[in-house]
Amino acid sequence: MTQVDTLVSSAALAPSREVPPAARSRWFSAYFGTPGNALITILCLGTVFALAKLAIGWLFVDATFVGTPAECKATSGACWPFLSAKMRYIFFGFYPFEEQWRPLTAMLLFLGACLVSMVPKVWGRGLLLAWVAVVLPVLYVLMAGGYFGLTVVPTTQWGGLPLSFMLSFIGLACALPLGIALALARASNLPAIRVLGVGFIEIVRGVPLISILFMATVMLPLFMPNGITIDKLVRAQVAIILFAAAYIAEIVRGGLQAIPKGQVEAGQSLGLHYWQIMRKIVLPQALKKVIPPLVSLFIGFFQDTTLVTIVGLLDFLDTVRTAMRDPQWQGIAVLEGYVFAAVVYFVFSALMGAYSRFLEQYFRTTHD
Amino acid sequence: MNSRILQLCATVAGIAVGLVAATTANAATTLETVKARGKLICGVSMSTPGFATADAKGHMEGFDVDVCRAVAAAVFGDPEKVDFVLTNINTRFQALQSGEIDMLSRQTTMTFSRETSLGLDFGPTVFYDGQGLMVPKSLGVNSAKELTDAAICTLPGTTTAQNLSDFFRSIGGKFELVVFENPDENRNAFFSGRCEAISSDRSDLASIRAVANNPDDYVVLPETISKEPLAPAVRQNDSNWRDIVSWSAWMLMAAEERGITQANVDEMAKSEDPEIQRMLGVSEELGKMLNLDNKWGYNVIKGVGNYGEVFERNLGTKTALGLTRGPNTRWSEGGLLYAPPFR
Amino acid sequence: MPLFYDARIRAYLYQVIAVGVVLLIAWVMFSTASANLAKQDIATGFGFLARQAGFVITESAITYEPTDTIGRAILVGITNTVKVSLLAALFGTVLGLLVGIGRLSHNPVLSRLMLAYVEALRNVPLLLYLLLWYSLIISVFPPVKQAIEMLPGVFLSNSGLVTPALHWQSGFAALVTAFVVGVAAAFATARVLGRRRIVTGKERPIALFAAIAFLLPLVATILFANISVTWDVPELGRFRLSGGYHLRPEFVALLLGLTLSVSANVAEIVRAGIQAVSKGQWEAATALGLSRARTLKLVILPQALRIIIPPLTNTYLTVFKNSSLAIAIGYPDLVMVSNTIMNQTGQAIEAIAIFMGVYLGLSILISLVMNWYNARVALRER
Repeated sequence: MTQVDTLVSSAALAPSREVPPAARSRWFSAYFGTPGNALITILCLGTVFALAKLAIGWLFVDATFVGTPAECKATSGACWPFLSAKMRYIFFGFYPFEEQWRPLTAMLLFLGACLVSMVPKVWGRGLLLAWVAVVLPVLYVLMAGGYFGLTVVPTTQWGGLPLSFMLSFIGLACALPLGIALALARASNLPAIRVLGVGFIEIVRGVPLISILFMATVMLPLFMPNGITIDKLVRAQVAIILFAAAYIAEIVRGGLQAIPKGQVEAGQSLGLHYWQIMRKIVLPQALKKVIPPLVSLFIGFFQDTTLVTIVGLLDFLDTVRTAMRDPQWQGIAVLEGYVFAAVVYFVFSALMGAYSRFLEQYFRTTHD
Repeated sequence: MNSRILQLCATVAGIAVGLVAATTANAATTLETVKARGKLICGVSMSTPGFATADAKGHMEGFDVDVCRAVAAAVFGDPEKVDFVLTNINTRFQALQSGEIDMLSRQTTMTFSRETSLGLDFGPTVFYDGQGLMVPKSLGVNSAKELTDAAICTLPGTTTAQNLSDFFRSIGGKFELVVFENPDENRNAFFSGRCEAISSDRSDLASIRAVANNPDDYVVLPETISKEPLAPAVRQNDSNWRDIVSWSAWMLMAAEERGITQANVDEMAKSEDPEIQRMLGVSEELGKMLNLDNKWGYNVIKGVGNYGEVFERNLGTKTALGLTRGPNTRWSEGGLLYAPPFR
Repeated sequence: MPLFYDARIRAYLYQVIAVGVVLLIAWVMFSTASANLAKQDIATGFGFLARQAGFVITESAITYEPTDTIGRAILVGITNTVKVSLLAALFGTVLGLLVGIGRLSHNPVLSRLMLAYVEALRNVPLLLYLLLWYSLIISVFPPVKQAIEMLPGVFLSNSGLVTPALHWQSGFAALVTAFVVGVAAAFATARVLGRRRIVTGKERPIALFAAIAFLLPLVATILFANISVTWDVPELGRFRLSGGYHLRPEFVALLLGLTLSVSANVAEIVRAGIQAVSKGQWEAATALGLSRARTLKLVILPQALRIIIPPLTNTYLTVFKNSSLAIAIGYPDLVMVSNTIMNQTGQAIEAIAIFMGVYLGLSILISLVMNWYNARVALRER
């Protein structure tokens, strides 16, 4: 029980909740109410200032903003010319230089479409149709080419941020129906189907994503008949979909369990068969409940797509990393790229986190 | 729900049956596949200056790249009709086995066990190499034997690590091995001083040295601790395709022996020498025997030049790598390059 | 088709079809794979496990030489994986508890600082952090020749941390036995005294008695057994520090990255767990005259623990699986060793099957242990 003891002793140190003497202002007591509290405040502020000083010194004061690698080497701070010099490679990888407006447009279009789709008011069949019939085909044509006079760009040349977006977004979009099917299979009354569902979910959740990626990129081709090859990008995408589906299934199962049995029984007494009950009664309620955790899960998967760099795909983290190892900047830009990538990931993840909290609030106030 | 699952199952079953059907239908040779596709797909590394790198606009260049281009020129008459796929050390052989790439040209050492148990066939050795060690000059080391107790950076899963432990066992010393999955990380760790030495093929060391901030700060030690014949590889049991890759490589070497260059190939086509005539497709039908255009040899040389030109352009003394020809020179000049006769 | 409309027969039909399809896919994959392997003359089977490994693994918890078998090399990978995940889970839990309680503090500076800590860790990919920590270590610390001597015999450099190592001449086994006996005695004492308290209602300093029960065997061993140790102090050789205990930067970066990621998750779990206990419980305990610390210990935590355990299990499973990212920074964990083997033997299917099987097995083991613990603390409904 050491955990508990640690917890207790630490909690005992935490400032007390007692009401402060009326003489002191509420503000003051919050920060310096008791000697212990004052000490905590001072220690925390000290830490914040020390870190801020270090960060500002490196990021701005000692940094080089314009110049050559040699000039960067002379200063101790960050080397920002590295970012501007390698920016296009970092964002688009080996995508043909003259054609890089295409991934840029695709990315902006994608982000715009996502932004619109985030408003709960527009949710519905129409939105889904718009994504499937308009947005995704346009994105695909922009990236791959082959129509409207756009030159064909093979997937081996895709890279950077569009690739990261693609892997995580398509991954989740395709995993969602599969995940729901798995959750239903797991909750099924038919033992064989239940066993298959449980088996798949538990096996996938029991191994690291990297092993599934390895399997897809290294092993899967051996299972394919001779002459049939699947694009490496597609293989990684399939791995991410299968992985995501198992986790989605567990979340959806939570939602299903939260629906009272009476709902199913009511449906049965109306003479609906199983599938009608699921589609018209249970799933709409269950899915509504699991939307916030699904968004949180999506944040995790957006970050997990960085693992594809280990199997040799040029995602955003990989372009950042290889840019830093460029002979010209070797040993000069050691941290700048990682810091930049961290900021990019942080901004997207934090925005989605905020959105998840908004949804939670939205469902709490509008439905229930 | 059941109907949905049923649908799903039916779809999956359909795909499975389709795949089985495809197995029987699809027995095309590599050459047919490549021709139908209109492009050669070649597995290379993407971050080895001199062997395979992309320039700022993404155009690939390097020695390994030119070997691919030679094959593309032989098949299509156009050295640009090739797509390059990034293969890393882990996935290179699987990429070939699975048919994701048509040939592998990635500084790969030909060994007995690779040839026999990995499901691939090697072409002729295009670069005779050996494993060496590189250290910073400031370390003051003149021989690999002095490196006992040092930390040595290397890549995993290659023959490199094995050769190192054999070498140090033979001199009765110990060393700390630091292994990196990624060549860039490996290089970076060495430059940052995480290891005293870095070990790889000597050509690769030259490539690493070329990207150092100051290449003169580093020195490659004299010992060569292994034989590393680097050769292109193709899938096993497709002898026509293997012939094409092998003879394209030998074409480069033979062209140098015969003094045919990218610049003078049109004039040489008028030569009276019967072998040159056969090579360039002026007389007889060597191309047909490979199922290629009869001018395939002409196209190879016109596309990438002869072996000497390829070497000097990518690795030679005028490049950042600054390699001398060493063993990679014509047999008539004491080197190891020896193209079989074209007849 | 009346038969088809019979719900029970239809249920059987669906199941037979589902199982049949799965089996068909498995069979198709298996047969194509074996056909492909045979056609390309790729070796199969697990015979390679007994072959000589031939490669060096720099970090190993058990003895290993390149002349050992591949099977032993895999074992080294497993121990390395377990070692780093156990330590990360341990440190991460302790750190996460502190951070989680800090987040609930009424001091706005502390709670916001802790919030920033958690958000910074949760919103950036772990892999990015691992690469960042590793780059920091090898580019910020000096090379080994200019190692910083922090304490006598303790050196810090970009080749890691080197400390003096303790070598046992004799008495090691006795000490370990004493330790185990001490732990068992402490638990037994605490348990007996706890029961006694419930029966008699008298307060006794249980922790003190338990501590005595733990220390007694240790002290006795040190006094009476023949224990002799030597210190192996690191010395600067021509290139590196020889002797002593080496903490390599690859290990440190991985441990740091995993620990921080665990701590952020644990902090959130602890915060949510404590907050989930209803406010009325605090008020009731206060009304009974319990102090804040005793309320936390006797009322809040036992209830919070039930909420905390299941997500905590998930966190431990996650850190165990995330330790596979070691491959990106060169720590020889199970995946990295398997990968090397895969490259040497070319037997991808077998190598991947081994490491997936090991992960699956250990994941199930962790789940079982945590479920057992969860069942022990679960509310027993009467």
